[in-house]
Order: sequence, then structure tokens, then C-alpha cells
Amino acid sequence: MLETLMLSRIQFAANISFHILFPTITIALSWFLFYFKLRFDQTADPVWMRAYRFWVKIFALTFAIGVVSGITMSFQFGTNWPKFMETVGNIAGPLLGYEVLTAFFLEAGFLGIMLFGINKVSARVHTISTLIVAIGTSLSAFWILALNSWMQTPQGHEIRDGVAFPVDWLAIIFNPSFPYRLMHMLIASGLTAAFLVAGISAYRLLKGDDKQAPKLTLKIALTVAALLTPLQVFVGDMHGLNTLEHQPQKIAAMEGVWHTEKGAPLLLFAVPDEEQKTNHFEIAIPNMASFILTHDLNGEIKGLNEFEGNHPPVAPVFFAFRLMVGLGMLMLAIAWFSRIQLWRKKQLPPWLLKALVAMSFSGWVATLAGWYVTEIGRQPWLVTGVLTIKDAATDIAAENVGFTLIMYLTLYVVILVAYLHTVFTMAGRAVEIEEISDDEKVKPVVYLHNVVKG
Amino acid sequence: MFEENTLAVVFVSLMGLSVLLYAILDGFDLGVGVLLPLDQKDDADTMIASIGPFWDANETWLVLAVGLLLIAFPAAHSFVFKELYLPTAVLLISLVLRGVAFDFRAKAAFSHKPTWNKVFKAGSLFAALSQGYMLGMYVMGFESTLAAYSFSLLSAFGVAAAYSYIGACWLIMKTEGDLQIQAVEWAKKSGLICFLGVLAVSLVNPLINPEVYAKWFSWPNTFYILPLPIICFALFIFSYIQLKQLPKVNDKGCWRPFVAAVVIFTLCFFGLAFSFFPYIVPNKLTIWETAAAPESLSFLLWGTIIVVPVIFSYTAFSYRVFWGKVQELRYH
Repeated sequence: MLETLMLSRIQFAANISFHILFPTITIALSWFLFYFKLRFDQTADPVWMRAYRFWVKIFALTFAIGVVSGITMSFQFGTNWPKFMETVGNIAGPLLGYEVLTAFFLEAGFLGIMLFGINKVSARVHTISTLIVAIGTSLSAFWILALNSWMQTPQGHEIRDGVAFPVDWLAIIFNPSFPYRLMHMLIASGLTAAFLVAGISAYRLLKGDDKQAPKLTLKIALTVAALLTPLQVFVGDMHGLNTLEHQPQKIAAMEGVWHTEKGAPLLLFAVPDEEQKTNHFEIAIPNMASFILTHDLNGEIKGLNEFEGNHPPVAPVFFAFRLMVGLGMLMLAIAWFSRIQLWRKKQLPPWLLKALVAMSFSGWVATLAGWYVTEIGRQPWLVTGVLTIKDAATDIAAENVGFTLIMYLTLYVVILVAYLHTVFTMAGRAVEIEEISDDEKVKPVVYLHNVVKG
Repeated sequence: MFEENTLAVVFVSLMGLSVLLYAILDGFDLGVGVLLPLDQKDDADTMIASIGPFWDANETWLVLAVGLLLIAFPAAHSFVFKELYLPTAVLLISLVLRGVAFDFRAKAAFSHKPTWNKVFKAGSLFAALSQGYMLGMYVMGFESTLAAYSFSLLSAFGVAAAYSYIGACWLIMKTEGDLQIQAVEWAKKSGLICFLGVLAVSLVNPLINPEVYAKWFSWPNTFYILPLPIICFALFIFSYIQLKQLPKVNDKGCWRPFVAAVVIFTLCFFGLAFSFFPYIVPNKLTIWETAAAPESLSFLLWGTIIVVPVIFSYTAFSYRVFWGKVQELRYH
């Protein structure tokens, strides 16, 4: 029987893992939508409106799941991690508060107009609403990543009687790892949305959709993916160097370096062994890890031996990191290959379209893997040097936590299956819909009844 | 830099305002969900269309209310939600299911729509019931007695009825024809149960909490506070008379029951707030001892002063955009 602490951790991990899937899509998809709407306003070409209409439905669905799964977390801080807020609530509270005040209300307030108001407000107001929703999603990322980064690399506070008090808010928000983590996550979101748009567009083309909209969205998505993949490699590398500076034990686990060494090899594959403090089945490029991290073939990398009892479990961090990097490389290759194909041949062969369909949700896997690296890599700390996971946990009966965990997991599986099913169903149905004539304007709303001004 | 006690009062007021707005706003859209007929497809579509543009923003008030409790009174947040661990889980799962059902029903294959309608209705009902149960436990001071559980169950149905009532009043305002006539019937029935619920809480609350009793029934307090239940009672009667006459020619006064319901909700809320202030957990924790650090609350307050009026203005804008009778809800 698992104890409360472990169950709480699993429950929170399940919650945030499930939740992050949806914002990861909506943060960038909202900007895609803004771009579609802007182009429609400029060109009046109905193809942009069709692209907007199709994707706004997927956006709405994704956004709704993101909202409701996010609500659960605001309750769980208190129920499962009471000491977290009691210890660092003075810092975490206002950051979360600003997220709700600035991001949530902006998103929720203008989403209604974005989704249902196109015939009720002027084109400009509708475009501005779309822009505000996009800004809201990005603001939300800003505040949450400020908090998460502060938990990883805290500064700007002082501890009095075991409780953290804010001293300098700018230092708290713009803590050392924040700019890197924010950029890394925003680009991750861009890639996730780009591959989703590309994958679903490819799915429609495979189903025999000969309309303009999916061809257009495929092209745009592949352009974005081709531009963002190399950028992400670069930002990820900088983020890694920043982590080396502030959380060297995380890097040691990511690279599987058990003992401090000069000229550490880059392990392409290995099986870390926590018991014997060594790796099995290593496949390595000599000196490469040192070169990447210190820009010197013989640079010294601190090993896990320097952080005895104060470093994360190695295997999950090690494998998650390789999964993320491997997927990133695959995304880079597919994005560039497809984009060049599209540029030369004007269309993609079916096998490549199928590959893109298969990659539709690759951004999800890469994003989750990345979060697992950074979050498990923070262990045993919840807030580095301030509060350990163990000390933050609740004393609720394990049965209760176990019971709710099973309920949540069931719920998440059901929603995830329904979500994937619905997205592809919508794409399939979009194929059936007749191409509307080119002079199509935004249709007036069909009133169910005569409007009575209340 | 604001003074510590001022901050505690300001934040508990903000939290109270969020709770009240949540109860009114999400109250009506949860209520519409509770009333959803499973056999009349068109009515169900119209009803859901009436809340479509609003439910998401309405639910955000819950996030703000819980967020403010977490941020401003962290110890109280831990206490309350540890005590209410299971009902909270029921509430959350209901809200999640309801939220996704809203979107799935419009987008899934046509054959699944009735299923999602059921999920939407059940989610709305259990969200309302669990909130009522939580309110009951709160009033009873989180005791583990048979009396507390019974009262909380009663309160669960009371809140579900209250939400149905305000939801029905919303529908009277936003719909026409047969559905409106149906909504008037719903409002009559749920209004009666809601009235009994308010009566029950009003009687039990002073009887089990001596401090509350002392507050309500000591001169001159009684004189100041007595208008509150009297107006509340009068409004119920006023609504009932209105409902008997609706719908009128030209749909005159279709908004009256809804406005009356909003005022009733507000009065009940102030009654509870008056009863418990300055306690944030009845008889256990006060706002003074649970408030977060003044430097944190000050930092958040500046933002709040700027942001909250903005939220109000664009919320008003959104309601104005979707003013009048409900139209077919289409993702253009």
C-alpha cells in the first residue's frame, strides 16, 4: 500500500501532466488564429476565414479542457501540499493571483466574443478579441513560469521563522532561470501547435479534402515548425547552461555523470544504475558532454557524487531528457524535409502526409518529457534550498488520496480519448463540408425568434 | 504599503465579492444545466446557447475566490479543503465533466450528443450539490456529527434548488414561447424549495452557533440587520406573484424574477458574511491570524485595484454583446 506522500505526488504529477497538454496547444494556437483573422481582414479572402472557423472550434475544445483541469490544481495546492503555501505562499500567492487576475479573466472574458460574437461585433472588435485571448494565454504562461522558475532558482526573498517573505518582486519574477524557461516553453507551445495544425491538415488531405484551407494551413504550420525547431535547439542549449550554473545536480542526472570528470562523454544511450552508481550499456560520443556544457573538450562536469543525498533520481531524468532531445531532432528533420518538399513539389507524397499525421501530437510527448526533466530534476526539493517535497505533504488519509487519484485518472483517460476522437472526427467532417463560394461573406445570424430588446 | 489589518479586511471583502459573483453567475448557468431536459433536443440546445458565451468567465470567479483564499489566507485554505477533501473532489470532477461536455456535445459525432447532454446535466447537478454540502459543513463548523451531515445534505439540495431557481429566472429572461412558459414553472417549484432552504439555514445557523445568535439578537444589531431577512422574505413573495403573471404581453417584466433572485442571493450572502465575520473558518480561525504577509498582499492589491474595474467593464461589454433573447449558438 502506497503512503500518502507518494499518492499525493502521483496525483499532482497526473494533474499537471494532464493539464499542461491543453495550454501547450492553446498558447500558440491562439496566435495562429490571430494570424488567420488578421489575414482575412487584410485580404478578405474567405480561405482565411475557413481556416479560422475550423481551428477556432478545436481551440475552444482544447481551451475548455485546459480551464477545467487547471481549476483542480488551485484546490490541490491546499489539500495535498499544505506546507507549500504556508512556507512560500507569500511569494507563490501573488504570482498565482496575478495569473488569475490578468490572464484568466482576459481569456475567459473575450473567448465568448471570439467564439460566438463574430456577427454581433465589428470585424475589428472581433480581431481585437482574438488578439486579447492570445495575449491572455501568453500572460498565463508568463506568471506560471515565473513561479515555477522561482521554485527552481529562488531569489529576492528572505526567510523569517521558516517562512519566506518577499523582498524584491522584480528579482523574484525575473529569477535566473525564468527567461530561459519561458522562452523554451513558449517555443515548445509553438511547435506543439504547429505539428498539430500540420498533422490535422495532412489528415484532411489524406481523406481527399481538395479545398484550399488545409493546404494553406499545412504550409503555414510547416513554415512555423521549420523556423522554430532550430531556434528551440539553441534556446534549449542556453537553458541547459543556465541549469548547469544554478542546479548542477540536475545536469549531472540528465547526463548520467556519476563521478566528477573532465572530458565527460555524451551518452546517446545508457541504463543508469542508482545502486552501483554507474551506467550499463553505454553508447557514447567521447568528450561531447563537456564540450556542449563548457565549450571545452576537457571541461569538468560535476558528478552526482558531489551531491550525495541531495540529487534527483537519475533514471527518469536521464531517459526523459533523451526522449525530449530525440523527439526534437525528429521534429527538426521532418519539418525541414516536408517544408522543402512542399516548396519544390507544391504537394507532399502520401507517406509523408501519414508521417505528419503520426506526428500530430508529438509536441505533447516532447513537452511532457521536458517538464519531467525539470520537475523530477528538482528533487528532493520543492523549492530549491527552502522546502523539500517531504515536508510539504499533507496528512490526509492515504485511502482518500488513493480514491480521488483513481477517480482523476479514470476521468483523464476518458477525456483524453474523447478529445483525440473528437479532433479527428471534426477533421473528418470538415472534409465532407462543401466548399463555400468565394464571394461568401460572414453570414448574418439566423435568429431563432424575433429579438426583443430586454 | 497598507496596514496589516486593513489588508486582511480588503482581501476578505474581495474574496467575498468573488464568492457572491460566482454564486450568482455560475449559479444561473449551473442551474440551467440542472434543469436541462433530456427528451427535448431543441430546448436543450436553446438553453445551452443561453449560457454558452458566459459559463467560462463565470467559472473564473471560482478560481479567483479559491485563489484569494489560497493567497491571502493560506492556513484557512489548507484547513477548509482538507476538511472538505472528498466533496471538493466531487465538485472538481463535476466541473471538469461539465466543462468538457459543453464543448463535446457541440462537436462530437451527432449520435453522441444525448450522452454529453446527460453528462452536462449530471455534472451541473453534482457541482451544485457538492457546493451546497460544503456550505452546510462550513456553517456547521466542520463537525463530524450526524446532525452536521444531515444538515449538509439538506443544504446540498437547498443550493441545488437555489441554482435551479436563478437558472430558471435567467431562462425566463432569455427565452420565449413554450420554453419560457416551462421556465416559469421551473422557477415556481425551485423557488419554493429555495425559500425553504434559506429558511432552514437562517434558523439552524444562529441555533448551533451561540456567537452568531448573540450577533443577530442583541440590541442595536437586531435593528440594523433585521431588514435583511424581511426584504429577502418580501422578495420571495414578490417573485412568486410575478411568476404567476408571466409571461406577459410583449414580454414585459421578464427580467424581474432574475433581478429579484440576484438580490435574494446577495442578501443571503451578506447574512452569512455578517454572521461569521471576522472568522474565516467559523469559530476556529479569524482573518487576522491567517492573513499572508502584508508585503505580499500589498503587491497583489495594487494589481487588483487596476485590474478588477477592467474585468468588470469588459464583463459588462460581453453581456451587452449577447444582450436580449437567445439566438442559435453557432461556432461561426
